[in-house]
Amino acid sequence: MTSRLVIASSPHIHSGLTTQKIMGWVLLSLLPAGLAGACFFGARALTVVAVCVVTCVLSEALWQKAMGQPITVSDLSAAVTGVLLAYNLPPTIPLWMAGLGSVFAIILCKQFFGGLGGNIVNPALAGRAMMLISWPVAMTTWTLNGVSGATPLALIKEGVSASVDALPPLWDLVIGRVGGCIGETSAVALLLGGGLLIWKGIISWRIPVVYIAVVAVLSLLLGRTGGVFYEVLAGGLLLGAFFMATDYTTSPMTARGQIIFAAGCGLLTALIRTFGGYPEGVSYSILIMNLTVPLIDGMTKPRILGEVKK
Amino acid sequence: MKLPSFEGGVHPPDGKALTAEKAVELYQPQGGELIFPLLQHLGAPCSPAVKRGDRVLRGQKLADSDAFVSAPIFSSVSGTVKDIGPRMTIPGSLEECVVVENDGLYETGPDLLETLGLSRPAAPEEYLKVIRAAGIVGMGGACFPTHVKLAPPEGRVIRWFIVNGAECEPFLNCDNRLMLESPDILAEGLQLCLSLFPQAEGIVAIETNKPESIQTMSLELERLGDPRMRVAPQEVKYPQGAEKMLIRSVTGQEIPPGALPADVGCIIVNVRTLYQIHQALTLGTPVLDRIISVTGDVVVSPGNFCVPLGISVRELVERAGGFSEDPVKVLAGGPMMGISMRSLDVPIVKGTSGILALSERSALLPVESNCLRCGRCVEACPMRLVPSNLDHLVRLRDYTAFEQAGGMNCIECGCCTYNCPASRFLTQTCRDGKAAVTAERRKKGAPKK
Ligand code: SF4
Ligand code: SF4
Repeated sequence: MTSRLVIASSPHIHSGLTTQKIMGWVLLSLLPAGLAGACFFGARALTVVAVCVVTCVLSEALWQKAMGQPITVSDLSAAVTGVLLAYNLPPTIPLWMAGLGSVFAIILCKQFFGGLGGNIVNPALAGRAMMLISWPVAMTTWTLNGVSGATPLALIKEGVSASVDALPPLWDLVIGRVGGCIGETSAVALLLGGGLLIWKGIISWRIPVVYIAVVAVLSLLLGRTGGVFYEVLAGGLLLGAFFMATDYTTSPMTARGQIIFAAGCGLLTALIRTFGGYPEGVSYSILIMNLTVPLIDGMTKPRILGEVKK
Repeated sequence: MKLPSFEGGVHPPDGKALTAEKAVELYQPQGGELIFPLLQHLGAPCSPAVKRGDRVLRGQKLADSDAFVSAPIFSSVSGTVKDIGPRMTIPGSLEECVVVENDGLYETGPDLLETLGLSRPAAPEEYLKVIRAAGIVGMGGACFPTHVKLAPPEGRVIRWFIVNGAECEPFLNCDNRLMLESPDILAEGLQLCLSLFPQAEGIVAIETNKPESIQTMSLELERLGDPRMRVAPQEVKYPQGAEKMLIRSVTGQEIPPGALPADVGCIIVNVRTLYQIHQALTLGTPVLDRIISVTGDVVVSPGNFCVPLGISVRELVERAGGFSEDPVKVLAGGPMMGISMRSLDVPIVKGTSGILALSERSALLPVESNCLRCGRCVEACPMRLVPSNLDHLVRLRDYTAFEQAGGMNCIECGCCTYNCPASRFLTQTCRDGKAAVTAERRKKGAPKK
């Protein structure tokens, strides 16, 4: 009997929270936004999501097999990348483009850097950025109920600013009945999902709250047309703040670091929206801030207990 | 009201219900071998003071050392010295041991005070001498000789004498039961200790998940009517009972890296240690027995047992009804810091607080995966280290960077590993890193050529 005793280093119990469960919660909290997308953009939106998820998972599995590594798609992180990428694409995107973007995100941005935890930028966002550069037209064609039109932020950029009336009503932004990417338009669905993540302790409130607050305050200071609520609800801010800037691997580990990081994201987003060439700045802001993470982590090392502050 | 506490830490399920209500049962085996390792403390190992074939009495010294940082070993039974030689011990290594064949009579020899020719109870200036002679060590598991701890370096004023009854390790109840069943001894013991430190407050720190202990100890301290003594309830959070954390919670003081509790005006002893101090000073009894929680989901009748040191783990488990199914892990100590044992045929020593048998359902049998950089280990680390980074450095064998990153401050509490979703062996790599740095230092410190 005693020969079967396992010898191992302490501790001998575990919280039970695993990578797979974390990713499972993220997928679950992304569900409402996906449903809203399907509701306002039709079944096509779901097809795009399916293509991205399947391509991400398959490319990760095949890559790991080819490299002789253990296959880890059951940790669900590739699926999360797939969903996030799809949510950042217009519903009308040709499916082959969505597939290529997925391969790019998983292979170039994640596996080349050593897989989960090794990447320095958010793979979904990098995939989207690559697609935006490669296929600028397809990536910025927006439709709603079969009618094409500009997104609220694009309208502001084009200078419809003269009259706020030309913008879609605020209520449409709340529920998501506006042009935009598949998963970014419905504020209520995103808040529901984000709230779930915070409640379950999967993410902390720090990054989303600070990020959104900084954008809100700056849009007020910069005198943006739509007003504070409009700035917060329009575009990819909520999706980015709750689901992408909070990506563990590409955000700082300490509380202080997370606040600095989120404030940086907010600053860049407001600046790009106001002064940049693009109407929207969430993706690039987060990508840029991703690159500063090692620096922020280095600056915000916790003070060892008993150590005197320098 | 939120209690002052330390930062970090985790909240594992406490598993205490299995034995919390179980009164301590005295168990004295009537025969068989008892095994006494010569090293049961931090410091110099003892040399045998008996020979094979000697008849020994309960309370008779089996081994001692001339070194200051050391503690003698006593026979917990009467009988015959059967052997002196290597035997398997809890960590799985062979150690020099004295083996005594128990005659079941429990015939007791002259007590310490008598042997030392001291008054009864001992006078304060003799306390440290008696405590050294009684073989008392930190019985919470650290096993540091108590007479050394009670002799702070010159010039340190002790303002807090903390009795550690936090018992933050899940599953264990030996300290809890001791406070419930012998509060008078503990209270008087604390009073004795305070006579060594005239400027100190005597504080019994207990986690609030033991309300009965808090109440019992408070009543007892009140009964003695000494205004210097009080109970300080503590937040339930692992590792509240770790020395540095408890000092932080009770006094707000932080011990700088490499410093001693005495450097911030504290002395901290475990409740069982305090009990032994009292027994030695008033009755002349050395460390002979201890209370052990035998528990876990596969133990038939979990309980708290007061047993003679040297008894085998197997016998103790049998006393608790054996196992209902094969455990996958049997631990000496609790689930966060306990040592997993290869065999049950090893002796209980001074620092053993519990025997915990876990089934496959409850034991952590992890498969490591990639670090997500989620920060959960950082959040959990009570020493405010960055375990994921330390882990990385140890795997690179960059021990210099490990040391610079504060790795030597790790108290091996296990919080980081407990919290890590990727099941990284963080505590283990930190332990390896510390061992490597220590070995390196020793090499450097060794006489040149
Ligand atoms: S808890 Fe584990 S996965 Fe998270 S940062 Fe620490 S080592 Fe990495
Ligand atoms: S690094 Fe050491 S002190 Fe920090 S949580 Fe891990 S084991 Fe505990």
